Amino acid sequence: MDYPRLLNAGETALVVEYGATVDPGINDRVLALDAAFATLALPGVSETVPTYRSLMIHYDPLVIDRDTLAATIGEIETTLAPTGKAAASWTMPCCYDPDFGEDIAAVAQATGLTPERVVSLHSGATYRVYMYGFAPGFSYLGGLPPELAVSRRITPRPPHPPNTVLIGGGLALVSTFSMPTGWWLIGRTPERMFSLARDPAFLVAVGDTLRFEAVDRDTFDRLEARAEAGEIVSRKVTA
Amino acid sequence: MSAALRILSAGPGATLQDGGRRGFLRFGVTGAGPMDPLAHATANLAVGAAANAAAIEVSLGGLELTAEGGSVTVAVAGGTFRLTLDDRGLPPATVVAVAPGARLSIRSGESGAWCYVAVAGRIDITPTLGSLATHTRSHLGGLAGRALVRDDLLPIASADMTDTAACALTAPWLDRPGDVIRVVLGPQDDYFAPEQIAAFFDRSWTVTTRADRMAYLLDGEPIGHGKGFNIVSDGIALGAIQVPGEGKPIVLMADRQPTGGYPKIATIIGTDLGRFAQLRPGATFRFVAASLAEAVAARRAEQAALAGPIALTPLVRTDLSSEFLLGLNLIDGVVSAGQPLALA
Repeated sequence: MDYPRLLNAGETALVVEYGATVDPGINDRVLALDAAFATLALPGVSETVPTYRSLMIHYDPLVIDRDTLAATIGEIETTLAPTGKAAASWTMPCCYDPDFGEDIAAVAQATGLTPERVVSLHSGATYRVYMYGFAPGFSYLGGLPPELAVSRRITPRPPHPPNTVLIGGGLALVSTFSMPTGWWLIGRTPERMFSLARDPAFLVAVGDTLRFEAVDRDTFDRLEARAEAGEIVSRKVTA
Repeated sequence: MSAALRILSAGPGATLQDGGRRGFLRFGVTGAGPMDPLAHATANLAVGAAANAAAIEVSLGGLELTAEGGSVTVAVAGGTFRLTLDDRGLPPATVVAVAPGARLSIRSGESGAWCYVAVAGRIDITPTLGSLATHTRSHLGGLAGRALVRDDLLPIASADMTDTAACALTAPWLDRPGDVIRVVLGPQDDYFAPEQIAAFFDRSWTVTTRADRMAYLLDGEPIGHGKGFNIVSDGIALGAIQVPGEGKPIVLMADRQPTGGYPKIATIIGTDLGRFAQLRPGATFRFVAASLAEAVAARRAEQAALAGPIALTPLVRTDLSSEFLLGLNLIDGVVSAGQPLALA
């Protein structure tokens, strides 16, 4: 199949599809096109939504028609560098205390690993922010070690607290709201992926990388108080 | 004292909605906004507000409100709801001044699932992420991110406090049949075999009771998939029709998630979203295919209709029941200008 494919999602959205799988190279192309559209700021393009493998372009067809949009995408594609912008690297504190990581034992049992190994694999990996979705601040993180790729729960569990660190279906996630989930609770971060009390409200950008740094309960409590006051408690390194 | 609207009672699902939250889909933030954008815009324009200004969206659960601190002129439009101001029946599309202590009551009527109460002036509440649109699932917008409840107070800035005579609002573009809903195929129509796409158009579909601001689940003979029903998540447009494993279509509405992982066979065109949203559980309809050019032409025609004046016909004071008003297409003796009044 020749990519990118242009797919109509009604007359006000166009999907530019670069592939059908979760893959860093595909996601790089999505983000490069996203960055190009951000720079162009075309009248009539209201917003763009990057996903693992495609960019959805929301537009007003009475201002810019699909053919113009398609031609613009074609022009961008001929000049595009593999990555559009410098991504940031984040180190985010995560407390794996059993009170927070209440499913570590279950994941250990399902994978045949020790609980300590589950934690060291989870905190030793470098994750890529592939996309946001589902709810404000929910960013899907690729790069979970294959040893931790447990399937999701058969039935969702009752709501977990906000800022819970989850794994499921081969991905990692930091929740922003309390909600029922089919994922597994591995730990909790004092960080807020999304906070209206802070500018920027959203912590990470799609394409950024992220690592979890294990912290003990005392450190968590101290950082939690600072995060609650509006401070960003993760460390950011911009490439 | 400045004017305000006080909610006296609210059925479930009455929310504040402006044109929707823009620019944050990429962070997982749903746009929300009105279920019937055309009715929402019409109500706003009828009171001189911007088409995308914040208004109250009323569900089948109904709403009652009064004014405090001064009269507040409101426009009501969308569906065919039963309106009364104290004991006086009003047509379902109306501009009327609500005086302090007066009770405007909105109840579900013979058709339609959503109506809008727009105000002359501005609902003076601080926006969240640039918008007042309420998304209850993520607790954003409106009043504390929730639906309206009894005793809520909505401050109105620059209220028009003159005691405007009640007027019927004539917006013929809101008189839309809901039995045929136009769609553009895609983005994942290639996940369905040609005979399955043909079945999608041939079969009639019924709106189920599982229909809310997020999605309308449809019932009918299931359609199959050609290439499985799991895709790697991509963006979800307003009006996208996804077909999960069981084969019964789900139409994704204003409160949808911005991304998702089921193949989407088609997308309802912008002009037909509102008429689809107004269908109630049990309503049956068919999908018909439209080209992209037809969808854009329909949108252009709708914009042209909205750009024109909205006819307001004064109603003389009378005690006609809302049932009586609803039952008439022509209301002799009620319309001062002698013009026949077509109820929207």
